[in-house]
Amino acid sequence: MSDTPAPQFRPANFRPVTTESPLTRWLLIASVVVVLSVLLFAPLIVVFAEALKDGVIEALASLGNRDARSAVLLTLMVTALALPLNAVFGVAAAWLITKFDFRGKAFLITLIDLPFSVSPVVAGLCLVLLFGTNSLFGGWMVAQGYPIIFAVPGIILATLFVTFPFVARELIPVMIEQGKVEEEAALTLGAGGWRVFFTVTLPNIRWALLYGVLLCNARAMGEFGAVAVVSGKIRGQTATMPITIEMLYNEYLSVAAFTMAALLALLALVTLVLKTLLEWRYADQLAATHRH
Amino acid sequence: MQIEIDEISKEFGATAALRPVSLSIPSGALVALLGPSGSGKTTLLRILGGLEFPNSGRVLFDGVDATGLTVQERRAGFVFQSYALFRHMTVFENIAYGLRARPRKSRPPEAEISRRVTKLLELIQLPDIGARYPTQLSGGQRQRVALARALAIEPRMLLLDEPFGALDARVRKELRQGLREIHDSTGLTTVFVTHDQDEAMELADLVVVMSMGQIEQIGRPADIRARPATQFVRDFISA
Repeated sequence: MSDTPAPQFRPANFRPVTTESPLTRWLLIASVVVVLSVLLFAPLIVVFAEALKDGVIEALASLGNRDARSAVLLTLMVTALALPLNAVFGVAAAWLITKFDFRGKAFLITLIDLPFSVSPVVAGLCLVLLFGTNSLFGGWMVAQGYPIIFAVPGIILATLFVTFPFVARELIPVMIEQGKVEEEAALTLGAGGWRVFFTVTLPNIRWALLYGVLLCNARAMGEFGAVAVVSGKIRGQTATMPITIEMLYNEYLSVAAFTMAALLALLALVTLVLKTLLEWRYADQLAATHRH
Repeated sequence: MQIEIDEISKEFGATAALRPVSLSIPSGALVALLGPSGSGKTTLLRILGGLEFPNSGRVLFDGVDATGLTVQERRAGFVFQSYALFRHMTVFENIAYGLRARPRKSRPPEAEISRRVTKLLELIQLPDIGARYPTQLSGGQRQRVALARALAIEPRMLLLDEPFGALDARVRKELRQGLREIHDSTGLTTVFVTHDQDEAMELADLVVVMSMGQIEQIGRPADIRARPATQFVRDFISA
């Protein structure tokens, strides 16, 4: 093999068929840059600029009080509970829908999408009706000393509901594409149901699962509407980060509000960086598991 | 192992995939289920392997009723049309899968697994590909790995669904010969599904011609060629 490429005849105005003229290219690139700047980068910069307007010390001091710490801890705790639960629910739902045939499947898929189509505020109100003090179950729980609405369990329920579709929605197309023939092969080789799931199904969907969990994570930390209805906004007890941000902003405490907002944005950025690192680290594997 | 199919029928919803069919497969035979698509040949193979269950009828292995046996209990070495190799595992791990899936008591030790996988890789004449992933193999290599994986569980029978379907003509010829040799050296009762009459006639001891969920004719290749039982068989083998 020789390194010198074979001589090629190129006409003066040669251009590969899939390439546009320089003018079109620059216009397209410029419009993308403008849209990204206005919609993505500018808000992010504004958030950090507003937070740091009176200096780093002022910003950090606004996070130092008990209520701010409680908001951060509450959001992290709710997210830490919602993620594994919805990962399990999502995998179970996707597994059922893609590996089995049964009546009512289309209806089940619609149900899974319900949290996407229902406004989060409506979802929150439904939870209040179902589990509030005036409901049968909610009233009983209050009598036992474990209220659900205007308390942490309500926030967890609201977050679970709103973030439910992410994992299943991410998994279903991947699992449909993969079919069930690898599972069948594992069965003929003598593996039982759980073994098939953990050694064949799960490894094949792990990347889709990771993406689903990351989306779920972003939404769980940022959810406002449904949580606002059920939380009661009790400072230091049921105020999550987004709710605290709103309250601080309404009280004209803009440095505190934007510092909390910057922290929330940072948490989201951390998950994005993690995802990118994982993709970079396992690039080979990612390519190998995709069908040709 | 001798296989007896006794009045097996199978419906998918309103459509009958198999009208009652009966078939006796002698121990150690190499049998082709031959027919056009939709003739029920793959359904019959999947029923033998325990991947589908019949609506009526019985399957007997060596005279013992096996109709209710689960897919794991059947111990059928199954080679899928698309090979169904586990794409996140190396070739070695693919072949070792069935051995590792055994209950702890009967699971061979790691050294024994390694020895058996190496032997199987030699049998399929691909001794050096253990560390590769399925996507790094050619179609013919994948097919042979799928065969090795099915053989690793020391199956009671070998079932192959269109084993050479997706391969080019030259590779098909080679692999046909390979399957014949593996069949002759293991002595396993082997059933394969094909829509290619040349393949069935060249490779099989016994050809079962199927159409519309029914068996049209059962016989040795020469007999079917010389005396087609129905007009369908006459048309199909001369096509």
